[in-house]
Order: sequence, then structure tokens, then C-alpha cells
Amino acid sequence: MSEQILTEVFEVEAGDFVAAGAASAQIKRILKQLSVNSDLIRRAAIISYEAELNLVIHSLGGKLILRVMKDRVVISTEDVGPGIADISLALKEGWSTASDDIRSMGFGAGMGLPNIKRNADDFEIRSAAGSGTTIVTTIYL
Amino acid sequence: MRVSDIMEALDGKVCFGEDKLNEVCLTACGCDLMSDALAFSKARMCLLTGLTNTQVVRTAEMLDVVAIVFVRGKQPSAEILALAEETGIAILRTDHTLYEACGILYSCGLPGRIKV
Repeated sequence: MSEQILTEVFEVEAGDFVAAGAASAQIKRILKQLSVNSDLIRRAAIISYEAELNLVIHSLGGKLILRVMKDRVVISTEDVGPGIADISLALKEGWSTASDDIRSMGFGAGMGLPNIKRNADDFEIRSAAGSGTTIVTTIYL
Repeated sequence: MRVSDIMEALDGKVCFGEDKLNEVCLTACGCDLMSDALAFSKARMCLLTGLTNTQVVRTAEMLDVVAIVFVRGKQPSAEILALAEETGIAILRTDHTLYEACGILYSCGLPGRIKV
């Protein structure tokens, strides 16, 4: 494992749609300050924002975590439930359990997890119904 | 296409970002679904939408969007303008529908999906 430069942990509240994105904006600013390549920042920001929205929309609350190492940026989420019963279904474009309220706000189209995976070099997801979900994404610098 | 050219082509008004009129957009995306904008966007984009909530600006911030155009005469709220100021994204509005506004910009030579 390469040398860790920075770790930041952001608490994300379930259902707080007004604050959604504030943590990702902070992550983007941190990566800019560290002079990370702008294309990689954009990919990291998309991952972070989609993951943060997932915490707000689908979880009972959780954490968005940024780890910066010499050769990689790791963005992960850990939530306290309710968990995903069928991960392969959740990874399918267009499949979503979001409410009509969320859809009327422009989200919940079932693009989040596939988009996170598309923008990451490495992507891991662990979950089960009734327990929390953990997502770990890596972008190599 | 400069933000000022977009404003002129759409008979639009600047709600925020008079100092950003010389910035250049390389492509545009018209949608009310921010999920799609996040999935199919390119850098230095103009985002046209009829959706008016602060997450439109947050989405634009993540995507390095140059300017947001609110269509169908939608008036952005004070919260939207405050977030635009914080993030440095130009906000325009036009009375054209999303379909018309996209057609006008496309006919002016602003492409859709491009490789940048």
C-alpha cells in the first residue's frame, strides 16, 4: 500500500437533499488544492457526488470517505442500511428503487452505480439486505 | 461558442455571471434528468434544463459546466443564484422551450456529444 497523504471523512444524512453534494464539492476542492489532473478530478467528483446522492436517497445515513495516496485516490461510502438485496440488479442501468419525489428532482434514473463503476479504475461493492452497504472506488493517478 | 453568443442566440438574460460571458462552451446537453447529465456529459459544457433546484448547480459543479440555461422562462431561485456565485457557474434564462433552445444552439454549430 502506498503512502497515505490525506484522509477526510464526511457524515451524510439520509434524506437531506438540500445539503446533498456539499461533501463532494469539498472533495473536489481538496483534489484541486493537491493539483490532481483536472480529468481525474472530474471523474472523482462524479463518483463522489453519485455516491453521496445514493447515501441521501437510499441509505439510513452513512459516511463518504476520501483517501489520497501518492499513486491513487480512493473514494468510499459506508452506510448503516438498509442494504441491497440483489447487487447485480442494482448495477443494471435503469433499475432503481427511488421514489417519485426523487425522480421529480432529476435523479433516481438507475444510473448512479453504473456511472460510479464507469468512472472508477477499481470498483468494489459489498452489501446484503438488512445490513449496510460499502462501496470502495479507486482512481489511479 | 461563447456564453455571450449563447445568450444572444436564445434571446436570453444573464441571471448571474456577467464576467463569464467570454467563456467558451465546447458542447451542450439538454435534459431535466440530472442522472443523464452525470452519465453522458463532457467537459466545458452548457447545460440546458427546465429543472430548477439547487442540485442542478451541484451537478453542474461536479461536471465543470461553464453555463446553465434555464428554459421555458423559468426563474432561478435566490438559493440557486447563491450557489452559482459560490461555484462560479454562469446562469442564463430564456423563454424558449428545451427543444427549441437545443435546436437553436445546434443550428449555430454547438455540437452534442463530442470527444474532448
